[in-house]
Amino acid sequence: MARIIVVTSGKGGVGKTTTSAALSTGLARHGYKTVVVDFDIGLRNLDLVMGCERRVVYDFINVINGEAGLNQALIKDKNTDNLFILPASQTRDKDALTPEGVDKVLTALSEEFDYIVCDSPAGIERGALMALYHADEAIITTNPEVSSVRDSDRILGILHSKSKRAEQNLEPIREHLLLTRYDANRVARDEMLDVKDVEDILAIPLLGVIPEDTDVLKASNQGIPVINIPESNAGLAYDDAVKRLLGEQCPMRFLDVPRKGIFQRLFGGQS
Amino acid sequence: MSLLEAFLRRQRRQPSGSSAAIARERLQIIVTHQRAGQNDPGYIPAMKQDILEVIRKYVHVGEEHVNINFENHDDVSILELNVTLPEDRAMDVDVS
Ligand SMILES: Nc1ncnc2c1ncn2[C@@H]1O[C@H](COP(=O)(O)OP(=O)(O)OP(=O)(O)O)[C@@H](O)[C@H]1O
Ligand SMILES: [Mg+2]
Repeated sequence: MARIIVVTSGKGGVGKTTTSAALSTGLARHGYKTVVVDFDIGLRNLDLVMGCERRVVYDFINVINGEAGLNQALIKDKNTDNLFILPASQTRDKDALTPEGVDKVLTALSEEFDYIVCDSPAGIERGALMALYHADEAIITTNPEVSSVRDSDRILGILHSKSKRAEQNLEPIREHLLLTRYDANRVARDEMLDVKDVEDILAIPLLGVIPEDTDVLKASNQGIPVINIPESNAGLAYDDAVKRLLGEQCPMRFLDVPRKGIFQRLFGGQS
Repeated sequence: MSLLEAFLRRQRRQPSGSSAAIARERLQIIVTHQRAGQNDPGYIPAMKQDILEVIRKYVHVGEEHVNINFENHDDVSILELNVTLPEDRAMDVDVS
């Protein structure tokens, strides 16, 4: 039986796909057989972030429609053992993502994998609801920004009312706050909400804080999950988040402005 | 963070004029409001408009004077309607 994790947010462009790619890679590197599923029908980009776009032959909808078997659609990651990708379709209509179809595919994946990571589309429409319905855990991906926090709160409400666990009165979904694109400099200047503010408002446990990092773009340019870029701050922060997800304790990093050396303090302008 | 930095930050936070402080305050209100309305049946906004129109036939009240609260308990749902009437209660609307 796999554990199903949804990466969700309500608001678009906050870092769900970046996070799905990083967390699934991290889980696989810890030895867990992991599949990452793209629920963003019509706008797939998980395959681009994972760098497997040219190997997509069949997709999620093909499997739902019985046009391909799961093993034909699953793409084995070329850099990380134990990691597979189930791409979304690029062109088909969203209604093809039926509750029965999703249920069938996740049930089949559940038998083969330890973790299923679901990359949710933005919004609160069908795709997002399908992605969160079966979840055991939810990664609430949030930027320190008013609209993103509001939408995260909205998604929490939906998890509480529209998920399978809510509908069937089962043990509630385990919720995790993942604060991404965090800019410690701006927080120090009091221009940006800080971790504590967002934690207080959303009132769910903090899984991690991912700093704003230019390496994220570099990684996606190359089609490599940022967790595989050595020494990148965002990658290290995702590493920590994976450990915490697996129950390890580790201190939060990148919350404070890096201390400047004497030369930088004397000669370096603004940062 | 150095002590000085922490102190300066605290100082800046006090007047709650910084943009982060404003964001924080707005969010607290937005989220409270959002959570309160989460389990409301979908017809509440339309019903509020209808009720408002009925009341306005007799008294001049604004949208902000009508407060509708919907509460769900285990076996009962309570619909609470609060209308704040203006100081001058004299009806200047013809009721015929
Ligand atoms: N920590 C970060 N630092 C800098 N840039 C980031 C970071 N995380 C994400 N980004 C950038 O933000 C953009 C949106 O990221 P991503 O595609 O992961 O978001 P999304 O939530 O999946 O978007 P959508 O809602 O459209 O699916 C990308 O350009 C990505 O490179
Ligand atoms: Mg995405």
